[in-house]
Amino acid sequence: MSGAVLILGASSDIARATARTFAAKGHRIQLAARDTARLEADKADLETRFGVPVSLHRVDALDIDSHMGFVDSLPELPQIAVCAIGVLGDQADSAADMSRAVQVMRSNFEGPASLLGVLANAMETRGSGTLVGISSVAGDRGRASNYIYGSAKAGFTTYLSGLRNRLASKGVHVVTVLPGFVATQMTEGMDLPARLTASPEEVADAILAAVQREQEVIYVRRIWRLIMFVIRSIPEVIFKKTSI
Amino acid sequence: MTQLSGWGRFRPVETTLRRVRSQEDVAAALTKGPLIARGNGRSYGDSAVNPALTLDMKGMDRMLSFDPDTGILVAEAGVLLADVIARFLPRGWFPAVTPGTKFVTLGGAIAADVHGKNHHIDGSFGSFVDWIDVMDATGHVTRAVPNTDLYGWTLGGMGLTGVILRTQIRLRQVESGYILQDMRATQTLDATIDMMEATLRAPYSVAWLDCVTQGPMMGRGLVMLGRHAPVDALPPTDRARPFNVRPKRTLRLPVDLPAMALNGITRHAFNAAYYWNGRRKPGERLVDWDTYFYPLDAILDWNRGYGKAGFVQFQCVLPQDTARAGLHALMEAISRSGEASVLSVLKRMGRQAGRISFPMAGYTLALDFPANERSLRLMNRLDAITVDHGGRFYLAKDARMPQQVLDAADPRVAGFRAMRAERGLSDVFRSTQSDRLGL
Repeated sequence: MSGAVLILGASSDIARATARTFAAKGHRIQLAARDTARLEADKADLETRFGVPVSLHRVDALDIDSHMGFVDSLPELPQIAVCAIGVLGDQADSAADMSRAVQVMRSNFEGPASLLGVLANAMETRGSGTLVGISSVAGDRGRASNYIYGSAKAGFTTYLSGLRNRLASKGVHVVTVLPGFVATQMTEGMDLPARLTASPEEVADAILAAVQREQEVIYVRRIWRLIMFVIRSIPEVIFKKTSI
Repeated sequence: MTQLSGWGRFRPVETTLRRVRSQEDVAAALTKGPLIARGNGRSYGDSAVNPALTLDMKGMDRMLSFDPDTGILVAEAGVLLADVIARFLPRGWFPAVTPGTKFVTLGGAIAADVHGKNHHIDGSFGSFVDWIDVMDATGHVTRAVPNTDLYGWTLGGMGLTGVILRTQIRLRQVESGYILQDMRATQTLDATIDMMEATLRAPYSVAWLDCVTQGPMMGRGLVMLGRHAPVDALPPTDRARPFNVRPKRTLRLPVDLPAMALNGITRHAFNAAYYWNGRRKPGERLVDWDTYFYPLDAILDWNRGYGKAGFVQFQCVLPQDTARAGLHALMEAISRSGEASVLSVLKRMGRQAGRISFPMAGYTLALDFPANERSLRLMNRLDAITVDHGGRFYLAKDARMPQQVLDAADPRVAGFRAMRAERGLSDVFRSTQSDRLGL
């Protein structure tokens, strides 16, 4: 396998692990984040470990108008683009202050959708490519504990589904990644059940496998497909009284 | 909050474990009170836990540069030796010094100034460290270079001079991923020592001692010598790809074994190896690097073999002139106690500089015991014998030594304490071990 891999939101733990996984396979890597200064050490790491060229790119997910220019400025249109942009936010803050809620929604849906949209158009024109969107199981059902984040992820999941449908005959493949719990900076300090919690490296390996096998929707860990099936199956009249 | 212990799983401590990913994260953590940095948790005792805050350095695991002409690697402290080997052995480079597990971080290797089977020739890990970036209590970073106080106290300083952030180390050029191993069986402890003295020119040398069998055979051993295999020592079919070692299967211990199990298993394993070796023709044979340097790494979570209570390591070094008498005294004490050290390793050490590093010219003996009242009493006795013979103790193994023993064994500790106080480190960089030992 070859071709450049673009990692959007490159400073997250899942993004770092994903960049390493693809670099280990010999891919050129493009790392994009809001603060590229923080990525210098990661660039050095990928180059030192794997001997692949790595470039750094500034991108602001919320600055929608900049996205076309951002994609144009890349040294080459990537063969694979992985979007790891997202913020968990604080549900209580988001519920109390709608401006914060909107920020979370935009960061998890609007920004990623816009970036992948621009990339999708370019890949469609070229006639090849793979788009990987990291969404979340939180988008599979709205729950009191995280429905601001969850609703944005639901929007993103649906968006990815639509992109996939649109591009299926255009040579562009779309992978939806639905992680359950992952031991990352985002979840640090939370008491997560070990059996249901993946490492960032597990997510990265699953992404690589999904790209190689052209899988459509993957849950990481796989048990989450079953868990979310059960959770989605609970009638709303009952679900509303639960606190899952 | 989380329960955390050393590799021996002895006396876990309730702590907050916080992963850091950058120098800025470490600086931010310093504002939260006393802390200790933790690498991959392979020190055996309580060196890398602290009831207040334990920094998980594995988020700082970036390799920053490598010079293929000189083998000089710059990397963050959380990089594992296993990663270094995975990336650079295929290019012909191997760690110049490695302990018995590849699952240690560079920062941990520096903090404990670990040694390997080549100590008698090459010295400790620190011999190949060009500089160390250390963050002090105020968040200031100093690049410590050889022949400075900070460098000297940081090697073997158990993370108590500040947080080790980055380092530059020199790797060793090798021609293959194989070792030419020469294994020799000995009948008595004296014969084991004699054998090690007679083979000082071997680049790698270590002995596995039988401390389970009672009587005169106690202390018999398998002396394992080794050297990196040149390409022409490989079978012709392997010479084109000399670093291509088939990955070993790893096993995982899924459950805690009853504490009794290991003694029996080890006794049989030792006897089998000993017998088998005796029947074999003497001479060198090819062993892959993983099997030679890291036999225990093949069993992930092998520390669960000692049961829930965990196990305790004892490792001392005795100076050359008292080593023989001291080793006999240690063996007799073990024999009298009725306890048996499951895995006993004897190693000849070479001369060693260093402000606070463990090694000295002489013999180091590493023992491990299931954690129970009897073995803890035995270790008090072994402490006394070590002190009587002018020896000292390896803090990376220690989980239970009282402060008085350390003070009696190692006069350098007073200087270490004074340095800590003077630099304002005593209240900020603290582990359960440093509290216990009054460091």
